[in-house]
Amino acid sequence: MELLFEKSVAGRRTHYLPELDVPEAKALSAQYLREEKLDLPELSEIDVDRHYSELERRTYGVNNGVYMLGSCTMKYNPQLNEITSGLPGFTQAHPLAPEAHVQGSLEVFAKLESLLCDITGMDEMTFQPAAGAHGELTGLMMIKAYHESRGETQRTKILIPNAAHGTNPASMAMVGYELLPIPVDEDGFIKVDELRKITDDTVAGLMLTNPNTEGQFEKNISEVSKIVHEAGGLNYYDGANLNAIMGIVQPGKMGFDVIHLNLHKTFSTPHGGGGPGACGVGVKDILKDFLPTPHVVERNGSFEWNTPEKSIGNIVAFHGNFLNLVRAMSYVLMLGRDGIKRSAQNAVLNANYLRYHLKDTYTMSHDEICMHEFVMSLKQLKAETGVSALDIAKGLLDYGVHPPTMYFPLTIPEALMVEPTETESRQTLDTIIKAFKELHDLSCSDPEKLHNAPYTTVVRRPDEVEAARNPILKYEKSNAVEE
Amino acid sequence: MGTFIPNTPQEQQEMLESIGLSSFEDLYTGIPSELIIDELGIEAGKSQLEVEKILDTIADKNTKFTSIFRGAGAYNHYIPPMARKVPQKESFLTSYTPYQSEVSQGVLQNIFEFQTMMANLMGMDISNASMYDGASALAEAAGMCYDKKRKKTLIASSAHPRYKSVLKTYAHAFGAEVEEIPALENGQVDQDALKAALEDEKVASFIVQQPNYFGVIEDARALGELMADHKAKYIMSVNPLMMSVLASPGECQADIAVGEGQVLGIPLSFGGPYLGFLTCKQNMLRHMPGRVVGQTKDMDNKRSFVLTLQTREQHIRREKATSNICTNQALCALTASVYLASMGPEGLKEAAEQSLAHAAYLKSELLKIEGFEEVHDAPHGYEFVLNGPIDAHELETKLADKGILSGLPLEGKQMLWCATEMNSKEDIDELVTQVQEIMEGR
Amino acid sequence: MAYPNNLKYTKSHEWLLEEDGVFALGLTDYAQDQMGDIVFVELPEVDDEVEAGSAFAETESVKAVSEIFSPVDGKVVEVNEELEDEPSMLNSDPHNTWIVKFEGELSEELMNAEEYQKFIEEQD
Repeated sequence: MELLFEKSVAGRRTHYLPELDVPEAKALSAQYLREEKLDLPELSEIDVDRHYSELERRTYGVNNGVYMLGSCTMKYNPQLNEITSGLPGFTQAHPLAPEAHVQGSLEVFAKLESLLCDITGMDEMTFQPAAGAHGELTGLMMIKAYHESRGETQRTKILIPNAAHGTNPASMAMVGYELLPIPVDEDGFIKVDELRKITDDTVAGLMLTNPNTEGQFEKNISEVSKIVHEAGGLNYYDGANLNAIMGIVQPGKMGFDVIHLNLHKTFSTPHGGGGPGACGVGVKDILKDFLPTPHVVERNGSFEWNTPEKSIGNIVAFHGNFLNLVRAMSYVLMLGRDGIKRSAQNAVLNANYLRYHLKDTYTMSHDEICMHEFVMSLKQLKAETGVSALDIAKGLLDYGVHPPTMYFPLTIPEALMVEPTETESRQTLDTIIKAFKELHDLSCSDPEKLHNAPYTTVVRRPDEVEAARNPILKYEKSNAVEE
Repeated sequence: MGTFIPNTPQEQQEMLESIGLSSFEDLYTGIPSELIIDELGIEAGKSQLEVEKILDTIADKNTKFTSIFRGAGAYNHYIPPMARKVPQKESFLTSYTPYQSEVSQGVLQNIFEFQTMMANLMGMDISNASMYDGASALAEAAGMCYDKKRKKTLIASSAHPRYKSVLKTYAHAFGAEVEEIPALENGQVDQDALKAALEDEKVASFIVQQPNYFGVIEDARALGELMADHKAKYIMSVNPLMMSVLASPGECQADIAVGEGQVLGIPLSFGGPYLGFLTCKQNMLRHMPGRVVGQTKDMDNKRSFVLTLQTREQHIRREKATSNICTNQALCALTASVYLASMGPEGLKEAAEQSLAHAAYLKSELLKIEGFEEVHDAPHGYEFVLNGPIDAHELETKLADKGILSGLPLEGKQMLWCATEMNSKEDIDELVTQVQEIMEGR
Repeated sequence: MAYPNNLKYTKSHEWLLEEDGVFALGLTDYAQDQMGDIVFVELPEVDDEVEAGSAFAETESVKAVSEIFSPVDGKVVEVNEELEDEPSMLNSDPHNTWIVKFEGELSEELMNAEEYQKFIEEQD
């Protein structure tokens, strides 16, 4: 399809603004003015409307069908969230309006904080970070500020398992910490005795998801968190996998001092094609003075902004992705204490249902009951038929379903990580099982066909090597292609 | 109670049995029993009808001002209908980061178009797919410039205080220094002070905001000339709408241009989600944080778009990545794209010029009231600071009682005023009348 | 692909060719095969000091980054700038594509072609 720029016609536009009703501003002198032509597309409203309708048709969302991306928790995004977050009282509120005039917005912060602290077993929570990785950065900044406040600047290492999501080590590097890999056994569980040996007073903290990246609950978590505490470190919980355990266990009770929640995963705010996300960072009392500013507090029956005593400072210009907080709050209120737990249970049930019915066809990384997601390794299939995890994923596209996460975790060869979430029906799961099995049959009978899948999509295996070797990152007439 | 689990209790039981289990508890046998909680403390679930009412009530506790004369980094601009409707389209709303390019061409093409429009607007070579917000984009831009020897950022003291604070938060964590460059009395950066500060070999970059926090238009071209003699990078943090009028960062020889894209069709939303953007010169490509989309061809030679240059990113380079950024604000970038496509170059300029005209009119009318006086004599954008006759907080409160959100109180009697194309002559005249009444009532 | 007898090989899959006290270094066929399509090479600068055993350059494929290690203590005397535009040469003709040339001292014992062949067979 054509790009906006290719549809542009000189002089074409739609008028939106009235005639200017005051005198024009005094002209600025030339040194301040733009000379270069402003190269933007010139279109009428119908051109714009049809362009984006076509782009939408070329986009697959949770509304189109199942989206089993492991570690992404692509659950249904309730429509009510869009209605509540679109209320003019919220959308028209200025972020720097006087507190007395934005009590509703401040109440959302306070209420959501209390709901999510209860769910996670934490004491206070900030919603300033804009996304999960931003929350990690915030949490690590607080850990660093905590150690600095105690004069323990020799603590420069963070314990992270090698299977962790890439944001963990990247966030750690941004606060100037070094990586100390957590020793794990071949099933991905922490080797407690070895952890004890390497955990000393140079350790600032530990970063972990639980359930872990392979979809297993870390049984020794209490012992692990104790080892770190006894060495003077703090424990950070990456909430990527909270959907499996909310209402069942609490990170606070497992010994975590600071956690982040991806509201766009567990609490149903839509992913928007890659963002905006939203994030809560919860802390135990020992870290509450370090929370970013501003933080909502309730005083004498009204809400106000407060700067915690030893705050790490601002991490965004205003107060995080507020409208997503409204969405998350609507969701938690609808689910309530029972619904939260039932959602976790059904997320785990759906994952196990899929795993169980596929385990005779595909090799699973673990033989036992999984949490909300599981990992299959196609190493053997690839060795036998030449069909890779990528080929199976591309084959799934022709069934109209979004494939699992590919090649993650990095520690498992030819990995496909499957997370169906609780919002998929049994009928949908059965469709997936059938698709996976048929693809396995096809791998054996006609592997070549899978190397060339998909066949039904608007484009097929765009050339990523070419894109990286000769990056074309914006439209120019010279790089336009004939279609 | 509203949950979004489609399976009936009977189906759930059948599914459990089909995998050899009898109850939900059997799914959690891998968790030590002492960790399992009895029940959460939060309230029971509510119906959709009830939750909608609750949120309605809460939203109503925010004042809906009849007119807004406040900016300070968040602006009340006109939003064309398409920019309101398109981001609500379901597939855009509910899709993930476009890892599977075959079923994400819509999102990918939009990001490519966004990159193109932002690069063109900024007069820069390349743009990424977007950042969290203007302030974190600024901090990340500063981070792009650090190397082993250079770990100090200079920033104009006239930049937004929250942006400076975010920069300092990031820099402190990273172990870098931040130094502020003072402004002259006219409100613009003191170029002599900047020259002196650049003597320090550790300086990695200098950041100026255009227009600055106080609305003053900086002499960004002259600053660019000055920076061209130094190794340190020149970063501009700009209002993108104003780039339809003011010299672009490219024209000012900036190495990196960042800013807040909220002015491009995103509602005030109490501060977020907003849209950080980051554009730069080609030679900084491999230092650029965040997602980026490139054009390529597919198996059938069709033009297609993919996420590219991913080796810069955290999921591959891990602790050696350019940044930990994982998301972008794709839906907000979509809004900005639709806004730019709808307004077009002429419409964009019209919105900027009407804002400038309304601000000039607002200023001249306020200055007619006794006790109001100008603070900076350099030219300004659609914001400006005035000294008022009374304490700025008192004026704020009294105007708020009349349903008007005033300028932002600064120190003492100073207020940072803003007018956009949304503040009609009638609204401005009404504000002036109200201010006069307040003054007379004292 | 056969491993030429005139080259010496490292355990980190680089090849080395000494001529008149200058060492040319490239990647082995095994290395390029493991990396897949190479899309970018980050080269050092001439006169950069290199330390044996440390990484001095990087290759990038679409989804991986690999470091290239130096078996030589010394400094860079020449870099192959053609690779900036044509990184694919490392895939198509690895044993004839040098990346950098060093002056300095060899700090480890290298393998000959036969030994290297045996070494990579043990890797799989």
